[in-house]
Amino acid sequence: MNIHEYQAKKVLSAYGVTVPQGEVAFTPDEAVAAAERLGGSIWVVKAQIHAGGRGKGGGVKLARSIEEVRALSEEILGMTLITHQTGPAGQFVRRIYVEEGADIDRELYLGVVLDREQSKVCFMASTEGGMEIETVAEETPEKILKEWVNPATGLSSYQARNLAFGLGLSGKAVNKAVKFMLALYKAFTEKDASLAEINPLIVTKSGDIVALDAKINFDSNALYRNPDILELRDTDEEDPKEIEASKFDLNYISLDGNIGCMVNGAGLAMGTMDIIKHCGGDPANFLDVGGGATKEKVTAGFKIILQDPNVKGIFVNIFGGIMKCDIIAAGVIAATKELGLDIPVVVRLEGTNVELGKQLLTESGLALISADNMIDGAQKIVKAVLA
Amino acid sequence: MAIWVNENTRLICQGITGATGSFHCKQMIEYGTNLVGGVTPGKGGQLFEETVPVFNTVTEAVKETNANASVIYVPPPFAADAILEAIGAGIELIVCITEGIPVMDMIKVKAALEGSSSRLIGPNCPGIISPDLCKIGIMPGHIHLKGKVGVVSKSGTLTYEAVGQLTALNIGQSTCVGIGGDPVNGTDFIDVLKAFNEDDDTEAVIMIGEIGGNAEENAAAWIKENMNKPVAGFIAGVTAPPGRRMGHAGAIISGGKGSAADKITAMQEAGIVVAETPAGMGEALLKAMGR
Repeated sequence: MNIHEYQAKKVLSAYGVTVPQGEVAFTPDEAVAAAERLGGSIWVVKAQIHAGGRGKGGGVKLARSIEEVRALSEEILGMTLITHQTGPAGQFVRRIYVEEGADIDRELYLGVVLDREQSKVCFMASTEGGMEIETVAEETPEKILKEWVNPATGLSSYQARNLAFGLGLSGKAVNKAVKFMLALYKAFTEKDASLAEINPLIVTKSGDIVALDAKINFDSNALYRNPDILELRDTDEEDPKEIEASKFDLNYISLDGNIGCMVNGAGLAMGTMDIIKHCGGDPANFLDVGGGATKEKVTAGFKIILQDPNVKGIFVNIFGGIMKCDIIAAGVIAATKELGLDIPVVVRLEGTNVELGKQLLTESGLALISADNMIDGAQKIVKAVLA
Repeated sequence: MAIWVNENTRLICQGITGATGSFHCKQMIEYGTNLVGGVTPGKGGQLFEETVPVFNTVTEAVKETNANASVIYVPPPFAADAILEAIGAGIELIVCITEGIPVMDMIKVKAALEGSSSRLIGPNCPGIISPDLCKIGIMPGHIHLKGKVGVVSKSGTLTYEAVGQLTALNIGQSTCVGIGGDPVNGTDFIDVLKAFNEDDDTEAVIMIGEIGGNAEENAAAWIKENMNKPVAGFIAGVTAPPGRRMGHAGAIISGGKGSAADKITAMQEAGIVVAETPAGMGEALLKAMGR
């Protein structure tokens, strides 16, 4: 799960990670009031969306007066920000963050990720702050310093010192950076983060170490034990169809095509998208109804696909293991009874209770196209949609 | 002989009295798996299906039944603890079916596995089956056929798809292993490939991967150097957009890494016949075997 920058800074700050002072605002009036409370003579007005590249897209600007704070807030609130991460449609800006200006001496990079090969949390640091770490990794991999954390001991001070000295820090800044990293590790593990990126991490002219930006993703499997994090979810940043699917615990991802897919199992669901594309079609979604889905869940999933205006045909591809084919059939029938069916649906059923499932579909009287196997089904749905 | 599970496997189930656990335990018994006991804390002393003894702890179950394998159907918040309990009791083979275990928990489990004598398969996987000998997990038993092809996969339903195609071609399987689609898991492709390479009963292998991480690239490199049996493969997610998690916690293209194209290239360079679509896995194997 993603959260906004201002939320990430609040979470980190509670663990002792140093961040600039700032306030969130939903209107220009709120932004002005926030700037007045913060004081000083320079502020940064930052669009809050769940995507990177905000600065380049024109969503982060410097204000040198209260009037400028107002003008920039009016400009940024309500704009549709297009960055390399939002896609061409962009993301509508509903909230901004007003922050005190910082006295930057150096810009560095600090990231915390899971290293899948080592099965350990890995700290990455680089002197190339402000740049995308992927670019640094590609062009100058020697500039990325890494420390892997033993889960039994946690991040050790010496590892943090290795990184701090490696970044060229000296004097009091070293101890401040060590404190910063230990606090960041504590926040990362206790809140079950899956990624934390401080880019840039700055050294101020007075030698302080501050997170000028902060991005955190959380492990959605661990939200049950982090209710405070779950509260930070901003559904305005998500696709409404995906929100609806998440209510039923369905794995659904909206795509650009016109063939809806309902599949059991993540691998088969991806494979189904692939085979549709291979046959000349374009998938409208990824949907894994999971292993132990109930009729209600299947109904909800099928309704989400049916209600997508882009969908011109549906491919139901089930290889039942735990998932029983008759449950799938019952869900499809219930959803179509409620919403009607005026687009072609190809059904391929295999595995547990397959005969019962096929019988239910036949008896329902629905005009469904049955398929013998996966490639047959993919070819049939692509043909039906193009017709 | 097949790998890791056979007629000598003595299985217990952690979470045997839960809805999922009891359903699949019945299926495993029906298939012929030697289920010698179950564990549910607080329900020790009961009998499952009037024949299988239930214990409070894994240690007690091992002492009483001499079990050498455990299958775990415990809800995500308690699953990591269940794996640690099985490691603590010295179980040789632990199969964890549970989906949705937090990564932080699995990092600790992984550290506990190092230096132990236990092998963990999963989590978030369908399990392992040596057809006609032993089924541990949730896969539909009837689609399998005993034979000489090993199957290893990150995805449950794609494994069924591959097995279904093989059986339809009258090609049997030695052992099918689902390693699961989580970013941190117990057994990886290379562990399974090594075992298949050394197994006299396995003549060829199908390896099914998906986007995310670089386990497939590492496996391809290992195959190129070491494998002396033909390998066919498939990678799911050619059409998956970057940055989106495709169901499995580990199935995500991030930072430009883990794309299907890179994996397919690495596999082809290692001499693996890669199926173009998931419908062509059986035929890809035939091609790899030169038939």
